[in-house]
Amino acid sequence: MSITRVIPVLLLKNAGLVKTTQFKDPKYIGDPLNAVKIFNEKEVDELIFLDILATPEKKKIPLQFLEQVAQECFMPLAYGGGIKTVDEIREILKVGVEKVIINTQAVENKDFIREAVARHGSSTIGVSIDVRKNFWGKYEVYTHGGRNNTKLDPVKFAVEMDQIGVGELMINSIDRDGTMKGYDCDLIKKITSEVGMPVIACGGAGTIDDFAQAVNEGGASAVAAGSMFVFHGKHRAVLISYPDQMDLKRIFNT
Amino acid sequence: MITIVDYGLGNLGSIKNMLKKIGADSEITSDVNVISQATKLILPGVGAFDNGMKNLKELGLFEILNKKVLEDKTPVLGICLGMQLITNGSEEGIEPGFGWIDANTLKFKVNTNERKFSIPHMGWEYVQQQKESKLLEGMFEEPKYYFVHSYYITCNQPEDELLKTHYSHDYVSGFEKGNILGVQFHPEKSHKYGMKMLKNFVENY
Repeated sequence: MSITRVIPVLLLKNAGLVKTTQFKDPKYIGDPLNAVKIFNEKEVDELIFLDILATPEKKKIPLQFLEQVAQECFMPLAYGGGIKTVDEIREILKVGVEKVIINTQAVENKDFIREAVARHGSSTIGVSIDVRKNFWGKYEVYTHGGRNNTKLDPVKFAVEMDQIGVGELMINSIDRDGTMKGYDCDLIKKITSEVGMPVIACGGAGTIDDFAQAVNEGGASAVAAGSMFVFHGKHRAVLISYPDQMDLKRIFNT
Repeated sequence: MITIVDYGLGNLGSIKNMLKKIGADSEITSDVNVISQATKLILPGVGAFDNGMKNLKELGLFEILNKKVLEDKTPVLGICLGMQLITNGSEEGIEPGFGWIDANTLKFKVNTNERKFSIPHMGWEYVQQQKESKLLEGMFEEPKYYFVHSYYITCNQPEDELLKTHYSHDYVSGFEKGNILGVQFHPEKSHKYGMKMLKNFVENY
């Protein structure tokens, strides 16, 4: 059994690091490279960068930034935001990032996902599914940074991605994002019980006990968080942190 | 000078970055002449087995690598797919491997009802050391490494086994036989543990 990965998710807006609440109100956190250096020193399991404006504002992929990051840290890196072609993926990998995360294009262009998997291999291609509950309590898949409701069922969509051969899924609860009230374990469980690939739980983590819950109840292979690693205390003061390795070992029994 | 063999697959920049961090000069190349001068070789790679072997042959690197490793006894470290290419062959394809170590690459057979073992196997693992090695000299306590793979290796000669990992079952995650070494995980992405290992490869071989 693998050591459960605990992954900081860093949101990029222009050149800054931000943190959202329910995908809105991006609050400026600081310089992303500085955060990366701290996370590298703390030996985090992996880092995920998401450019939150890349798709909605059709921005270019921040290759130069990613290259700087890759030279700073010796851990797996993933990037998501605005990726549309296999050549863009090649460029991203070339600067030293190992995985890409695709969201909007996974819904809009399945042939692209097939091509990406065939060209770069399953383990390089991750898909993130942004999910929100509607008024009736039904889960729906969103794209374009949470702006566009596709009305798709996340479980069916996840199974489709599994069949295409995507290497990993990140399930992001829009409702829980930035709330630190815990993961939506029902949602995670629904998906992990239908797919064979690793699933990263994201959205809502507030304590390390939430991690254990996502794994034990939700069946997640990895847990991701934003606010928990960049905010401190009830006034949400900015402070980059990462749980103590001994505490993680204890909660995951590894 | 460490020569990182470029055959069109995988994230070679990360390996160069880490070597730079530990103060070792390296170059990424697919030039036969450069490879023939190499004092140490790293055979990296991420991707499909047959693509790897075909690319190496198309680039004219198959013969020179065989000569370097088998005749000149140049130390070689295979990483991930690079380790698998050192075996006799893989269930992933039909091309034969280098066969420098008597080992085979097999597909993970995971019970689909057993969801806790998803494929690809992606994540950090502790490893069990099988024998003494200069590669692991002075290693930190409880070393852990980052893995990403869907195929695993078994050695036909137990004395070649260096590291074992458990994922659904035990498999060989590191082998060593004379100048030939391989690891299934990515030392270049494994913090101080991987850095120490690469440093040992640079300094002790």
